[in-house]
Amino acid sequence: MVTIRPRSRLYVNKIEAFQSFPFIIQRIINMQAAPILEIVGLHKSYDNNVVLRGIDLRVRPGQLVCVIGPSGSGKSTMLRCCNRLEEPTAGQIVVDGIQIMHPRVNLNEVRQRIGMVFQQFNLYPHLSALGNVMLALKKVQRHSQAEAEMRARKALQQVGLEHKADSYPGQLSGGQQQRVGIARAIALEPKVMLFDEPTSALDPELVGSVLQVMRALREAGMTMLVVTHEMAFARAVADRVVFMDGGSIVEEGPPEQIFGAPLHERTRAFVSRFAGHLSHAAAAA
Amino acid sequence: MQQFIFTFFNADIAARYWPDIVRSMGVTIMLSLAVVAAGLLLGLALAIVRAAQKRALVLLVVMFADIMRALPPLIIIIVLFFAFPYIDLAMSAFTATWLALTLVLAAYAEESIWAGIQSLPRGQSEAARSTGLSWWQSMLWVVLPQAMRLAVPPLTNRVISITKNTALGSVVALSEILNTAQAASSNAGSPTPLMLGAAAYLLIFIPVVLFARWLESRWRWKR
Repeated sequence: MVTIRPRSRLYVNKIEAFQSFPFIIQRIINMQAAPILEIVGLHKSYDNNVVLRGIDLRVRPGQLVCVIGPSGSGKSTMLRCCNRLEEPTAGQIVVDGIQIMHPRVNLNEVRQRIGMVFQQFNLYPHLSALGNVMLALKKVQRHSQAEAEMRARKALQQVGLEHKADSYPGQLSGGQQQRVGIARAIALEPKVMLFDEPTSALDPELVGSVLQVMRALREAGMTMLVVTHEMAFARAVADRVVFMDGGSIVEEGPPEQIFGAPLHERTRAFVSRFAGHLSHAAAAA
Repeated sequence: MQQFIFTFFNADIAARYWPDIVRSMGVTIMLSLAVVAAGLLLGLALAIVRAAQKRALVLLVVMFADIMRALPPLIIIIVLFFAFPYIDLAMSAFTATWLALTLVLAAYAEESIWAGIQSLPRGQSEAARSTGLSWWQSMLWVVLPQAMRLAVPPLTNRVISITKNTALGSVVALSEILNTAQAASSNAGSPTPLMLGAAAYLLIFIPVVLFARWLESRWRWKR
């Protein structure tokens, strides 16, 4: 069934309306549910340079967890270990019940369950937006051309870019490229989404559209682990905020705690540096 | 002036030898096509092997490419044609020239394609792998299509220069254009057949150059 709809940003409201009751129930159930992503004792070092010194983290279904911290604190490395783009030195990672550090794990199979969005978008410049989204649908999930195209268009619609299906990455703005990047990941229907500073490479006026898509995704029940510098976003949307520094998790808790009454001195120092920026951005949001 | 035309563009001599020249054009064209097809394919295969980053294989590929690029193609042809019969690997003049030029083109093509692969941002293959594509799939569908486009300008130049090197086949008596024209020149005692040969080269290579230019302008992705 195809309905012609105006190319507005209304879809966000639609999803919000759609969300309401059943999803709230779902979220309450999920609070008790087993974690969909579990990191235990994760260590990572390059030669003599220790980047991660024992990370433990759980993300439950439907949760949005934001990871904040100074640059060089190991946030991105931790995220990239979750689908083994980065090879952990030690530790266990369980995604959707699968031990991804198991020597015989089928990584290509597992990676379909873990969507990833990159700081630099990393769209394929030789393929259209639709082609970018369709590639793994066809080559990994082995859908037919028609089925892959249908799923890809649906994913593009979810990020509000169905009208840009035939555009090439070079013809899209940074914000649009990043939304195509999100569509490429969600088209595979992952169980958890990893965002590696998704808005850091964007011009300030384009950040909003990407954050809006991420909000909508969360409202639709997606589990998300987001490394970000967008403190206002983290404060407003996250279920939990994790503060990392020097390769360890210093403090984690609900946003009210991390931003309002941090327990740890280092958290306080980091968050206070953003305080001015935060109130400004919050006003804008 | 008349003397010049009589010597270099003698109609009688031209009439006598042009069928030979046309026949030799066939040899040159066949040889060029065979060299380009085999050389580019082998170069692509070597670049892929190198990208797989298995240390021993990388070393072999690099050694091959460096040696083949360092040696004058003429020496390779001579070695293949005159020395290989002693190890029971005799080959025809055509095969020797084809093989030598193929190996040289493969070495250059490998370097160009490898340079294209390397100049892509790491994020390209990371994005591909993160969606579950295997190493080979990400190579085939994401990395190579982009690397090949980057490699087109250096490759077209190399293809043109290596196909002109088919003239080197004359040292092993391959009856390609240059050899045929030279032989005819000494028979006729006139440089006119050499002029015919020059015309034959232009006839073959001007379209190739134009095609290369078209390819370079066409193979940029849309912006």
